[in-house]
Amino acid sequence: MDRRGFLKTTLVAGSAALAGGDLCAQETRDPEEFVGILVDTTRCIGCRACEVACGETHDLFVPDVLNDGALEENRSTSDKQWMVVNKFETEAGEVFVKRQCMHCYQAACASACPTEAMEKTKNGPVTWHGNRCIGCRYCMASCPFDMPKFEYGEWNPKIQKCTLCFERLEAGQKPACVAACPTDALMFGTRVKNLEIARHRIYNHPDDYVHHIYGEHEVGGTGYIYLSAVPFEQLGFRTDLGTRPYPEYTKEFLYSVPMVLFGVPAFLLGLNALIGGPQPGQEKTFELEAGDDGGGDER
Amino acid sequence: MGVVMNANTAVSGEFSRFFHFLMQEMKPRGPWLTPFNVISIPVIFTGVVIIVIRFIYGLGAVTNLSQDFPWGFWLGFDVITGVALAAGAYVITFVVYVMKVEKYHSIVRITVLNGLLAYIFYAGALVFDIGRPWQAYNPYIGNKFGFSSVMFLICWHFFLYMVAAFIEFSPVVAEWAGWEKARKFLKSITLATVILGITLSILHQSGLGALFLMAKPKIHPLWWSEFIPVLFLVSSVYAGLAMIIFESTISHRVFRHLIPHDPKHSFDDILFGLAKGAAIVMFVYYFFKALLFIHGKQWSMVNDAWGYWFLVEVIGFVLIPGFMFAFGYRNRSLNIIKIASVMALLGIVLNRLNVSVISFKWYAEVHYFPSWQEIVVTLMIIFTEIWILRWVVTRMPVFKPAH
Repeated sequence: MDRRGFLKTTLVAGSAALAGGDLCAQETRDPEEFVGILVDTTRCIGCRACEVACGETHDLFVPDVLNDGALEENRSTSDKQWMVVNKFETEAGEVFVKRQCMHCYQAACASACPTEAMEKTKNGPVTWHGNRCIGCRYCMASCPFDMPKFEYGEWNPKIQKCTLCFERLEAGQKPACVAACPTDALMFGTRVKNLEIARHRIYNHPDDYVHHIYGEHEVGGTGYIYLSAVPFEQLGFRTDLGTRPYPEYTKEFLYSVPMVLFGVPAFLLGLNALIGGPQPGQEKTFELEAGDDGGGDER
Repeated sequence: MGVVMNANTAVSGEFSRFFHFLMQEMKPRGPWLTPFNVISIPVIFTGVVIIVIRFIYGLGAVTNLSQDFPWGFWLGFDVITGVALAAGAYVITFVVYVMKVEKYHSIVRITVLNGLLAYIFYAGALVFDIGRPWQAYNPYIGNKFGFSSVMFLICWHFFLYMVAAFIEFSPVVAEWAGWEKARKFLKSITLATVILGITLSILHQSGLGALFLMAKPKIHPLWWSEFIPVLFLVSSVYAGLAMIIFESTISHRVFRHLIPHDPKHSFDDILFGLAKGAAIVMFVYYFFKALLFIHGKQWSMVNDAWGYWFLVEVIGFVLIPGFMFAFGYRNRSLNIIKIASVMALLGIVLNRLNVSVISFKWYAEVHYFPSWQEIVVTLMIIFTEIWILRWVVTRMPVFKPAH
């Protein structure tokens, strides 16, 4: 902590005046606006109706859930599938977990994007704009959940990931996966409300849940939050991501930019003036030797 | 009316003179069947074919990139490493133009030219690596600016630095083309562009490190630190110095006939000075690395394969070449200095690849390894750069005394 403190003091002291803009994709809006989804893994029966609904809604791969046996392998999302359901053998038996973009509060991908092609929209979904994207894949390198996927087999590749069905939200509908869920394992609503429901369930059934809501604090909070009967490590979740919002890792560097941009030239110009004397090359050093006709006669 | 006519004929006369001059200069000089040509021409043609395939069938057709490894050899070596190795230009222009040290004046032009070409080719290699290069103007004049993005900063700085380096080099071009007025004007803005170039270099050398700050959970803790930007900046200084030693040793052999003798400062003296500078910077860098290691309580991580690999990089390719530079300087041994420069450069390559590719997702079961196509394209870029460099050096007054 003291390293960070030292850095902050140095940088902020120099750049506070210049750093007026919102350098970070930090959200200052009322968090109640944000919508998200509560996933209660204790309720999921692994029917994968959400996978089918997602594929159909977004013109992606639609899996043959009855025959493909996909639950036997541990899958990741891909450029063809924005979400997958995986099966885990745990101390509480079989548990099914739906994975997709977490729609972080302060999304690493959105702050990483040089063209704001990845955007944390006003009410929560993180979406991608094809007309802005240059395909640098910095979003993929930065996302702590590895969710943005790239079409490596296309001449004009897109970044593919869950959009929280923002078009459906605008039309007043729920996301397709939530609408398809037969067991209410998925609940759509504002994040604040979802957190209340999640806490309520833990308080009412303290023995059925671990007392941890994944996504409440992880990476500064996410739109998707999870409840579980077993520790989240057993369900393939990373629990070492920390609670610091990821854009903050680059914030200090970006705050130092104006300081360097103006401080260094001032320092160098001053140094150059202090040294005095002619600029190199003006004292005709080489002229005799090289027989050069135009050497060292500027101004 | 007559004045306009005169001006027109003067301009068109100058234009046709320059055009003929340029055509003359485009003709090859020297023998064709040199070993370098025999190796580089087929590689360049193969590389072009691979690039065509890449633009038709997508990145996956020629690279081993995947959803787990979005950045590979093209970014990690060409861009991240190439730019570090091009740092000599900002270091040496600082010494000569800001500090007014005459001693290094004779190597300014070749160093700036090397830096400029390295940026054009290695930073330019991003065009092959990014998925939608036809939208690459977006960070500059596009529809949205990602002010919170380190990549945005790097896009701008690469572009601006290329402009600055070109202006720094442009008096040589003007001298070659016979544009005396332009040369005088361009020469008069050298100090300003040098200072702009140094400032931009400080920011994007460190910025390349800052790209990896958000990849914290994916990079092995021995290589990830909040201070990657500072580490990248400090190591770029000695990377640049080692590269000057390495590159000028070669060019003094290859272009011997073009290089005039400087009576005041012998080439050996310049190399000894560079070696001393490199040694000091490497010790500072090593000290910083050691500080981070101790402060981060990373002793427990040393005793496995990753730990040994880390020690190979930090001791074998930083501390030892640092001592070799110091030893070579004290004992006036050019051979030790030259070997040290190669080791220091390998250390930079190791470090940049370790951060960006090798220790990235170190926990993954199947790790990325570059495809042969990725390596051929990288060689294509290097060889094409050398072709251009050779063309410029044999035609423009690069080794003539700088004005």
